[in-house]
Amino acid sequence: MCTHTTETLPVTGSAKSGGSWLRVTDATVYFDHPVHTSAGHTLNIDLRRPADGPAARVGIELTAESARALAESIFSVLGAVPEDVLAQG
Amino acid sequence: MYDAVLAETIRLSGAGGDLIEGYLARPLDPAPRGGVVVIHHLPGYDREVREYVRRLAVMGYNALCPHLYSRVGEGISHDDAAAEVRAQGGVPDDQVVGDVAGAAAFLRTLSNSNSRIGVIGHCSGGRHTFLMTTELPIQAGVVCYGGMIVGEPVPQFSSMVPLVDRTPQVSCPILGLFGNDDNFPTPEQVDTLEKALTDAAKDFEFHRYDGAGHAFFAPDRPSYRVEAAVDGWQKIGAFFARHLDEE
Repeated sequence: MCTHTTETLPVTGSAKSGGSWLRVTDATVYFDHPVHTSAGHTLNIDLRRPADGPAARVGIELTAESARALAESIFSVLGAVPEDVLAQG
Repeated sequence: MYDAVLAETIRLSGAGGDLIEGYLARPLDPAPRGGVVVIHHLPGYDREVREYVRRLAVMGYNALCPHLYSRVGEGISHDDAAAEVRAQGGVPDDQVVGDVAGAAAFLRTLSNSNSRIGVIGHCSGGRHTFLMTTELPIQAGVVCYGGMIVGEPVPQFSSMVPLVDRTPQVSCPILGLFGNDDNFPTPEQVDTLEKALTDAAKDFEFHRYDGAGHAFFAPDRPSYRVEAAVDGWQKIGAFFARHLDEE
């Protein structure tokens, strides 16, 4: 049994897997046993497009340390972007 | 000794009469034997759970794992199905009970069935196994580090409610196998469950392993602990032999 702590949220963007791009509309974030990573538990992110079915998904599994580092990098990069550029989208 | 085993994907009638997928492994020896329903964990109906099914067949039991996420659709990979189910908040307990009841009924129809049924599950499947001991007429339940039997509900998983209050309804012997380094469940939560079973005068045995945490049975994960897993499988074999073999 894992934490079962799961967050779901709408997202706007694209993700690439298997040589093709997917316009994603939803994300699920949770901490559980990975399917592929060699770890007991990982921080998992499913970038999804449910309108195209369950297989329309890019799955990410990161160790907790990697996930924290990635999250900090995301905030760091976004923090360095000028507000007017962010506003332009 | 004739030791041939057949393993295959089958269809069975689950909750609400839904036709769901299952993975069946059964000895071809016609001698009567018990059946074991294997409940897969929340991450899904994966390769490893099918390994467990085959191992139980090699141990002499007809074994069947119902694919609890079958309703996501045909031809969907187990991990995509699990992701879909997780995004929907999991599967309701009532549905799991119906699917496991369907699997038990299927096993009882096999020509070499002695009608005795055990249930085993790891992780969330351990919790579901405890649930089955309170809901279904089975003869044995093996709870491998089942979390959320004791604990606080997780808001995002409304179906995943604690079960310890149902202990008086437990109707068959339980074998519990736990790691002392586990956080899901913690040793204190195992203590609570043990006390509840003791207070209710239930037939159970718990074994707790030092140096082992969650998922110590999983040979494909760093959490694997060979001594605990080997001893645990011996305990499982003895427990099922005691409760599922012909008397």
